[in-house]
Amino acid sequence: MDQLAQLVALTLAAGTPLVYAALGELVTEKSGVLNLGVEGMMLVGAVAAFAVAATTQNPWLGVLAGMAAGAALSAVFAVLALTLLSNQVATGLALSLFGIGLSAFVGLEYVAVVIEGIPPVAISGLSDLTLVGTLLFAHNPLVYLSLALFALVQWFLYRTRAGLVLRAVGESPQSAHAIGYPVLAIRYLAVLFGGACAGLAGAYLAVAYTPLWVEGMTAGRGWIALALVVFATWKPWRVLAGAYLFGGVTLAQFQAQALGLDVPSQFLSMLPYLATIAVLAIISRDAATIRLNAPASLGKPFHAAA
Amino acid sequence: MRLRLEARPEPSRVAGWLAPLIAAAATLVVGFVLFSALGKDPVQAFRAFFLKPVADLYGVSELLLKASPLMLIATGLAAGYRANVWNIGAEGQLLVGAIAGGGLALAFHDADSPLLLPAMIAAGALGGMAWAAIPAFLRTRFNANEILVSLMLVYVATHLLSWLVHGPWRDPEGFNFPQSKLFHAAATYAPLLEGTRLNGGLLVALGVVALGYLFMQKSLAGFQMRVAGLAPAAANYAGISSRRTVWLGLLGGGACAGIAGVQEAAGPVGQLLPSLSPGYGFAAIIVAFVGRLHPLGIVLASLLMSLLYLGGESAQLNLALPSAVTGLFQGTLLFFLLAADVLVHYRLRVARPAGSPAPVARAA
Repeated sequence: MDQLAQLVALTLAAGTPLVYAALGELVTEKSGVLNLGVEGMMLVGAVAAFAVAATTQNPWLGVLAGMAAGAALSAVFAVLALTLLSNQVATGLALSLFGIGLSAFVGLEYVAVVIEGIPPVAISGLSDLTLVGTLLFAHNPLVYLSLALFALVQWFLYRTRAGLVLRAVGESPQSAHAIGYPVLAIRYLAVLFGGACAGLAGAYLAVAYTPLWVEGMTAGRGWIALALVVFATWKPWRVLAGAYLFGGVTLAQFQAQALGLDVPSQFLSMLPYLATIAVLAIISRDAATIRLNAPASLGKPFHAAA
Repeated sequence: MRLRLEARPEPSRVAGWLAPLIAAAATLVVGFVLFSALGKDPVQAFRAFFLKPVADLYGVSELLLKASPLMLIATGLAAGYRANVWNIGAEGQLLVGAIAGGGLALAFHDADSPLLLPAMIAAGALGGMAWAAIPAFLRTRFNANEILVSLMLVYVATHLLSWLVHGPWRDPEGFNFPQSKLFHAAATYAPLLEGTRLNGGLLVALGVVALGYLFMQKSLAGFQMRVAGLAPAAANYAGISSRRTVWLGLLGGGACAGIAGVQEAAGPVGQLLPSLSPGYGFAAIIVAFVGRLHPLGIVLASLLMSLLYLGGESAQLNLALPSAVTGLFQGTLLFFLLAADVLVHYRLRVARPAGSPAPVARAA
């Protein structure tokens, strides 16, 4: 039973960066904007978080820096794609390529640096309660924060007026504009929120999950997060479930090694990507469901004539 | 005074060709600022980055050597992009092409047939096509997004190559380094010029660029792909098969990337190793856009991108700057291009203050 609790804890820890990145992208996409730059924003968030944590010795300042860096990079995307009406697919790709280059450049000084990361919480008396303790009270603070973020996004999108407006902008920017809502401003905010979340996802990797900086350390998680939003048919709770599913798949490689399975590590490392492809194919097969759930204006630039 | 954008009645051709020049110029300005910010003398840094690498014949040959895979891959990608088929997994198709062609070289390691190299190139093209066929199949059969599938397959291909050179294909005499045996002469390109690494791969690349031009501009299938990209609804109405468009776009891109992969293995590298490609598959995406998805533009853009690679290496040697600066410049270039592209479809107008009369010319 203890092992099972351990496995749950590890799965939550591995799924958390996907929760952050995919929830952020979900909100961005709900406003009708497709930002394919998640991988780049995560990497820049990771390197910024690590650099600040290493300089100030305070990992929490690092987390803030990661969020700010992710948001800053997403602002570049917003200017290009929203104000200058560039192709969102191309701009998102550019953002990822730029983020990969920028993080590699900035990160060079930090490659062999060791920092004190954010440790899991330890509540004396509670965290040690065998099963319940490990299940409920012994995770990283950022894991709890990701659950809070999930609740916040769910509540915001479906229980608040502002969330309704955001979704309306994503469904029909022309109508929202005609009623008098500031479509561009709302989309800017949604993109910035997505950027901050991606930065937070990167920061989690660099200062909590594995407190170190390695070039390209997100290893495609940004792209998996993008796929997750599609799997989840743009529903927050399904994003959460999908993120933990993929967290579990990521763990499979370590589990197989622990069990002594004689499979080359490279094949196990392929699993998350192959699983992403498989699930994407299964979910997308039903084109009507995707079309019904996807924000209707997703990826289309909006230019208010006059 | 406020500027606002006004939609042009039709895209401006002039702006279309000016945008890459504006982007290149703006990237240079950013480079100037960046070098200054890093405490380098910007003029000297510029010379080291953009002039020194191509100051002699060897430098020029290296420029052409690195431009070859870029123009090759970008030509294939551009065909797809014109039809709104977003293959961004060229890096994976490149690696699988190299695996297929390189596998042939290793299987016939002692052969000295002049047919070996052409066979490797064919195998590379098939390998790249096979890898690109996966997103094509999943898109046409299961409606799965080809951007995500082709990208996921890059990681799979990277691990596949890593496994091969760590395991079954590792050179037994390679001191345990993860690399294959060196290819023999029959499986490698001979240099075109004595004392350089430039090889016949450039000619293949130029040939493919020319073929790509003929296909896109002169063939019916190419025309149909352009229509599918510009006006999907019209294409549908005209009975142009969107499945065929997706298959053509992805297979073309895969074949080009696969050939580029073999040519790296059979050219400058001479064996299979994990670091076979310095991200050519991704850089080629930028080349395709900066080159306006047009063959001539792609050749010019590939030279520019190649110069950024060489400049990064030179900056590392001469200025003690990390070569990662290359990626930074590549991304910046694409950003500026996308920003400048707004002028293709819109013109800048100074917004009139509210309430002031409309210009006479407009009223008349």
